[in-house]
Amino acid sequence: MVTKRIIPCLDIRDGKVVKGINFEGIKEVGDAVEMGRRYSAEGADELVFLDITATFEGRRTFAELVEKIALNINIPFTVGGGISTLEDASRLLDAGADKVSINSSAIATPDLIDKIASKYGSQFVVVAIDARSEGSRWLCTTHGGRKATDKELFAWAKEAEQRGAGEILFTSMDHDGTKQGYACPQYRELNALLGIPVIASGGAGNVDHIAEVLSEGRADAALAASIFHYNEIPIPALKKELSERGIAVRLK
Amino acid sequence: MTAIIDYDAGNIKSVTNALERLGSSYVLSSDPKVILGADRVILPGVGNCAEAMASLESKGLVEVIKSIRKPVLGICVGLQVLCRDSEEGNAQCIGIFDSHVRRFPNDPEAKVPHVGWNSIGNMDSKLLKGLERGSNVYFVHSYYPTLCPDTIATCRHGETFFSAALKYENFYGTQFHPEKSGSVGEKILENFLAL
Repeated sequence: MVTKRIIPCLDIRDGKVVKGINFEGIKEVGDAVEMGRRYSAEGADELVFLDITATFEGRRTFAELVEKIALNINIPFTVGGGISTLEDASRLLDAGADKVSINSSAIATPDLIDKIASKYGSQFVVVAIDARSEGSRWLCTTHGGRKATDKELFAWAKEAEQRGAGEILFTSMDHDGTKQGYACPQYRELNALLGIPVIASGGAGNVDHIAEVLSEGRADAALAASIFHYNEIPIPALKKELSERGIAVRLK
Repeated sequence: MTAIIDYDAGNIKSVTNALERLGSSYVLSSDPKVILGADRVILPGVGNCAEAMASLESKGLVEVIKSIRKPVLGICVGLQVLCRDSEEGNAQCIGIFDSHVRRFPNDPEAKVPHVGWNSIGNMDSKLLKGLERGSNVYFVHSYYPTLCPDTIATCRHGETFFSAALKYENFYGTQFHPEKSGSVGEKILENFLAL
């Protein structure tokens, strides 16, 4: 049986790992290659590196850093941030990325999903969705939560799958940075709706939250940042605890 | 010296990086002389099996691969092209391994693609020596090689049991990515480099 994945997410600015709260108030927490290597040694199943300033400042992504990461790390990693064309994705593939994550650009030009997937395969394309609740609906945002859209979360996730996304990474903007737990009902609904893996992101504060989203929330993977960056929950202890609760995780 | 066959089949960098980390020398080539002169050969591959076959054919590499007598390791689609055939694009493959490549059935409990870490069992080969029982390796694929007499490790996704690794004479293949499978994968690559 395929195990549930634990994925530390490293937000990158100028080659350094930073962490913000609700996408605001950013603080530097370490070096990307060093932290990636440490997480890998501790048992992280995968890593995500997001160039958080790329879209906002109109910068191109960070191929040089990606090359260093690829050379130093022996587990899969996804890179995202500012990928708006097939050429951007190709550059990151050449630099050694295993997957690219596209977000704002996929909403702006949904065809980008089809293009990347047909050229490099669905396994290379993660569609990241940042959404927040508006009354009874969940609406997507772009540009790190700065811009609202009228795209509905579930309809967009399904469309992304049909266009060739290999995985959906959904971040609840209501939960991100709060450490109060993940948006479990929404992950459960996404899981029922989609035939591709769903990665949960936003709201991890303790082991219970992660256990909950992987069991009741049915997510295939749990992504978190600050609890790992500040070593609030060491990955080996987390995985041992999840295993004791009957959740299949990779221990060796 | 290891030759890595260069035939426009996706992410070759992850394989070269893995050999860099192990400090092992390699050459990336599609030249038959270089491939046949190497101590061992890695056939990587990501993407579509039919396209990978077409690319090998257009470079005249099918017969070259068949004639290699040194250890060969096919990874992912690099393994699939060494099987008999594939449902992906109805490809006729090279036919070293007595296995067929099929698509995973749709199953809400076993999503496709099969992405992530899964344990391998029934390991029986020098390629896999020294691994603990139930070791986990990283998979990412929608098509799988069926079980056959050449199977040297098995894996299960949903109700499907398939070949995680194959061996026939000097040819080896892993459906998973040893170059992305942490320390377990590194051990497998070291085993291959020592063959």
